[in-house]
Amino acid sequence: MACSATAQIIQPLSINSARSVDNSGACTKILSPSSFLGSTPRINKKLFAVNKSISSLARRPTIVFAVSSDVVKEKKLKSNSSLSNLLITKEEGLELYEDMYLGRAFEDMCAQMYYRGKMFGFVHLYNGQEAVSTGFIKLLKKEDCVVSTYRDHVHSLSKGVPAREVMSELFGKTTGCCRGQGGSMHMFSKEHNVLGGFAFIGEGIPVATGAAFTSKYKREVFKEDCDEVTLAFFGDGTCNNGQFFECLNMAALWKLPIVFVVENNLWAIGMSHVRATSDPQIWKKGPAFGMPGVHVDGMDVLKVREVAKEAIGRARRGEGPTLVECETYRFRGHSLADPDELRDPAEKAHYATRDPITALKKYIAENKLASEAELKAIDKKIDELVEDAVEFADRSPVPARNQLLENVFADPRGFGIGPDGKYRCEDPKFTEGTAQV
Amino acid sequence: MLRIMGKKLGAPGFTALPAGLALRSYSSSAKQMTIREAINSALDEEMAADQSVFLMGEEVGEYQGAYKVSKGLLQKYGPERVVDTPITECGFTGIGVGAAFYGLRPVVEFMTFNFAMQAMDQIINSAAKTNYMSSGNISVPIVFRGPNGAAAGVGAQHSQCYAAWYGSCPGLKVLIPYSSEDARGLLKAAIRDPDPVVFLENELLYGEAFPVSAEVLDSGFCIPIGKAKIEREGKHVTITAFSKMVGFSLQAAEILAKDGIDAEVINLRSIRPLDRATINASVRKTNRLLTVEEGFPQHGVGAEICASIVEDSFGYLDAPVERITGADVPLPYAANLERMALPQVEDIVRAAKRACYRSLPIAATA
Repeated sequence: MACSATAQIIQPLSINSARSVDNSGACTKILSPSSFLGSTPRINKKLFAVNKSISSLARRPTIVFAVSSDVVKEKKLKSNSSLSNLLITKEEGLELYEDMYLGRAFEDMCAQMYYRGKMFGFVHLYNGQEAVSTGFIKLLKKEDCVVSTYRDHVHSLSKGVPAREVMSELFGKTTGCCRGQGGSMHMFSKEHNVLGGFAFIGEGIPVATGAAFTSKYKREVFKEDCDEVTLAFFGDGTCNNGQFFECLNMAALWKLPIVFVVENNLWAIGMSHVRATSDPQIWKKGPAFGMPGVHVDGMDVLKVREVAKEAIGRARRGEGPTLVECETYRFRGHSLADPDELRDPAEKAHYATRDPITALKKYIAENKLASEAELKAIDKKIDELVEDAVEFADRSPVPARNQLLENVFADPRGFGIGPDGKYRCEDPKFTEGTAQV
Repeated sequence: MLRIMGKKLGAPGFTALPAGLALRSYSSSAKQMTIREAINSALDEEMAADQSVFLMGEEVGEYQGAYKVSKGLLQKYGPERVVDTPITECGFTGIGVGAAFYGLRPVVEFMTFNFAMQAMDQIINSAAKTNYMSSGNISVPIVFRGPNGAAAGVGAQHSQCYAAWYGSCPGLKVLIPYSSEDARGLLKAAIRDPDPVVFLENELLYGEAFPVSAEVLDSGFCIPIGKAKIEREGKHVTITAFSKMVGFSLQAAEILAKDGIDAEVINLRSIRPLDRATINASVRKTNRLLTVEEGFPQHGVGAEICASIVEDSFGYLDAPVERITGADVPLPYAANLERMALPQVEDIVRAAKRACYRSLPIAATA
């Protein structure tokens, strides 16, 4: 049984690369807004040979649409490698590279620090999945929200939380982004709108849906010009959880500006996705609730970015939510305490050859967007930044004793703080009505 | 008006004027208000005052509220602010929490708090703990409200009292009103509060009317969170109670008065933070304590109060603390069994007499 499970997993890999898309004429059509809702059902046949039910899909010309990663390849082939036809400019390319390299270097440093005893508890590393975080989050504004799970270091870094603060938080020092009170799994930042960091899978999805609800509320009730979008990141294991379905329903029902990003790395600790899920194709769960479901190769940052542009654009325009399944892989175990014995080394080796950072480097080099030296300079800069973060965290103080009882409540006296910042019960005029009844 | 307000709320001796006396002096002009009207008016006023307050729950809109508590609000504020949800407690509670994280002030209604068990993860892990985990970065100004405790013949799965469960969680404020004044003032304070508040109402009390004074009707009226109220002053035994049990305790106190036992009845109002100061002061005066609650006995509110008294006022106790609680069984359906499983006025009277007269500890089998 175990053998066949692994065999099934490996199959999709070859399928991805071999998947030829019969959309030569539709190349530009795919990327236009309305076509997200159109479909060429034939694409889907080759996705996973595992599941025969795809044929039923072919009969339904509905919303389901798997954006093929080969769109990018086609576009590239069509062009003469002239810069104007590339998906990214030089600045964008370097920005993406820097962000992914930061994620990788930071996580590698976390592993080192953990084994040296500076970091403790549960630490879940993101190695290998950087393309998803960078591809999506680099398209956001500061006011947009990101909600993640316990694998949230790199999401926070991509959103703009300084590496120093994240590292200090992991060390449990008072200079961390949550002053050491949250830890690895609970990264919160009001300034950068990172709304957590949740240990329970699926717990962040309703919270993200609530933030999207707030954006819509601001538009409808406050009449503000608000087009803030929320991204909810979660994994394949979460897609069997009740909260996920409850939120797909409500987000589609109320057309909330949210993108549900599934980081399908095929494993939930030691439970392989196919062993846990009746229908492993997660993107199909979107159309069941009335939103587009998109599958993308999550090891390629450019493909992710193209899909992200479309999904985020949809949300900003008020067209509603999208479910994006990114097929990705984590190079390390579930957490630093996970011996990672159940995954086939051949599978790991295969995905190691599809390292997103190497792939982007290759793309940049092939299209002469930047020189080797420039990339090396970025590497050096990031390495120094991470070293500095470690040193900063090391020399930061641990929380003071009185910090233990602080911040349980925003208002510990329990009576409420008035608009002038003082306690209401101390204001002698507080019973003068503030409302028309 | 201002001086009276100062006396009532500013002074630490909030109980300087026995509430009964204060209300009686207004009784000729006092209006009667049901709990339902009290909650409805509180919601109405807070929603009018602050646009970021919105109500979300099952049947709160077009159905006018499962118990008609939110009557008229949909018509007045529209569907964006009075949101009918699908039957997805965990999902919509999480949506409320996320909206609170990001700047709004939701009021999430549970049809009963029994259904809130499906949303426990969001209430405790997302709402209660976030201000602490983010070290003050992200506060959660949310109110969870709905009926709690036993109704009439609704069976075990619709009748549990959750005061003790929520009361044990740091990060939550737990309020439980008895009268209309409580309901109005505490709900308004809860909505204005920047922290997660669990507001436990009682279905059987919704239709009950209480006299309310002019201050209570003022749209700025709030009651401090964390302060108990002495409903009836006495000198022989202290009875602490909350929600419907306050009414039963007051009735028991009338009966006891005929036997020469002058009971002091404290309406807790706030389970978390518990007003230990008021309870201790009262016990130091009367030397005997009786706690009354509807919930299950083990790890209940009475257990916490007893431990608190033992810690702070052990030397003042003249008799062991008596606990009157619901029976240690899931609530039965048959009317006579249900009556046996919940505290009644006779149980409170008997326990008070035990606390006053017995010299040897006996097993508490009322």
